[in-house]
Amino acid sequence: MRLLYIALQENEEALPIIDSIIEDNPSATVRRYPGMVRIEADGRITVKRATVEGRLMRDWDPQELHLHLISIAGNVHETDDEFTLHWGTAEEMEK
Amino acid sequence: MSTTKKLGLREKYRLMTRGLGWETTYQPMDKVFPYQSFEGIKIHDWDKWEDPFRLTMDAYWKYQAEKDRKLYAILDAFNQHNGHLNISDARYVNSIKLFLQGITLSEYNAHRGFVHLGRQFRGVGPRVASQMQALDEIRHAQTQIHALSHYNKYFSGFHGFQGMYDRLWYLSVPKSYFEDALTAGPFEFLTAISFSFEYVLTNLIFMPFMSGAAYNGDMATVTFGFSAQSDEARHMTMGLEVIKFMAEQDPDNIPIIQRWMDKWFWRGYRMLVLVAMMMDYMLPKKVMSWSEAWEMYFEQAGGALFEDLARYGFRMPKYADVSVKEKDRYSHEAWAALYHYGAAAGLHTWIPTSEEMEWMAEKYPNSFEQFYKPRLDYWDEQQKAGKRMYCASLPQLCQVCQIPAWFTEPDDPTQLCHRETEYKGETYHFCSDGCCDIFKGEPEKYIQARLPTHQIYQGNCGGASIEEVLKWSGIEVGHDNLDYLGSDDQKNWERWKHQTAVEKKIA
Repeated sequence: MRLLYIALQENEEALPIIDSIIEDNPSATVRRYPGMVRIEADGRITVKRATVEGRLMRDWDPQELHLHLISIAGNVHETDDEFTLHWGTAEEMEK
Repeated sequence: MSTTKKLGLREKYRLMTRGLGWETTYQPMDKVFPYQSFEGIKIHDWDKWEDPFRLTMDAYWKYQAEKDRKLYAILDAFNQHNGHLNISDARYVNSIKLFLQGITLSEYNAHRGFVHLGRQFRGVGPRVASQMQALDEIRHAQTQIHALSHYNKYFSGFHGFQGMYDRLWYLSVPKSYFEDALTAGPFEFLTAISFSFEYVLTNLIFMPFMSGAAYNGDMATVTFGFSAQSDEARHMTMGLEVIKFMAEQDPDNIPIIQRWMDKWFWRGYRMLVLVAMMMDYMLPKKVMSWSEAWEMYFEQAGGALFEDLARYGFRMPKYADVSVKEKDRYSHEAWAALYHYGAAAGLHTWIPTSEEMEWMAEKYPNSFEQFYKPRLDYWDEQQKAGKRMYCASLPQLCQVCQIPAWFTEPDDPTQLCHRETEYKGETYHFCSDGCCDIFKGEPEKYIQARLPTHQIYQGNCGGASIEEVLKWSGIEVGHDNLDYLGSDDQKNWERWKHQTAVEKKIA
């Protein structure tokens, strides 16, 4: 198990993001703590702009994650459309 | 300019970092950036540095302003509604006293370090990232002071945090940690603060502790905590990036970085003993134990991290195994010591309630009832008989971490651990092999350490009596210190809660 996680504040604006992450990463484990949600997975976690926009019903920039982020584990790979956490090199991830 | 299409993230990042730098011509670059080479780190191509978040200054201002707006809206609401009355118990407040006394000005010290790097790094990418982090760190210090100023109106221990940070003996633990990093070179500072502290260890301050603040009804602390932590995620990413960047630049860098990782893991782990104590003893409603947090955030998350870094030739920090051996005793040994030095502290200490001890027995099945409960029960009996124990002498501090040498042998929790070494005819004392090794690596640095207890005995701290030393340290004797039982905090809390109960009855 190569544990990765993303932890977000549990608030109104972050809930659609949290739900999108759960939708896009079906094998992830969701842990809920007072005030925060921690999503864990093995190998990779992806946050997709399109999924979040579908839930928020507005344009959403993956950088808006900064407002609700508490912590992460893993290497970060960010584009205009996705925010990805992974282990290994960027080349391995793009395979 | 009449562009209609928004710039892509990559392009914007390139323009807003590389586009802002230049090669100097009036002076050679090596003179403009004089701190670049003395540590032995070799950098061949600064442009290989890439901030994975690709955050640029304009986006930074936008998101930080939004974070502050949210934070201050909640702080206003908290203050206007007397939020301090909704906390679980007034004992809880002591954990945020320790936070303000020990951590807030450490954030300010981190700010100083990053301001320095924001000027001194030759590469534009890390310079911009350091400038943002410098602003983050001063924001953390300021928002923490603002948030906790409300508590200062109602509780002891909040009034003199600046003076205490410089003078109160046990606060030299965080202070010396940050000053050790500040007086290192730029690459070591980044390895110390961005990687070892932010990436590997800071989760243990902000996640379980802030979740604990939420659970204990402290809306102000949880809000500044999570607001700060949203910056930490970026700092952590920078910490990992700097390690990968240095490793990829030159294989000669690897052993230097590994030595820093070993050193700063152990320095940081020792400092976190304060957090271990907060989690297990100072939160009346507990979220998770130190032992569970260490498993989750260090053994599992840190394990995955170092497995990933193995491709560069890095290994787990030295003495990581000792931290695992100590996880069932860390908080208990620390609280026992603080309880005994409770007359010389800027906060209150106490014996846990029987329900809290049941929780500890459940969380620490292999240590609590065997080693720590009998002691707590004995001290409780003594206290009830009017013989509350307060140490009147000063402890032997470790020359490196500056924590009293109260820890026990890694393989025997019943034997005190003590290490010593000679350097230029003087004997130096340590709490552990980890700290002793750090000293041996840089003895000329650590023989200069200012150890508060030595300073007190030398007469440099206000006088010869404990009372004079405490006054000099910014403590109001009889108000800020001693046991929680009988304290002004306890009396006020009971009065306020009683008042609330009466008002409810009338309504």
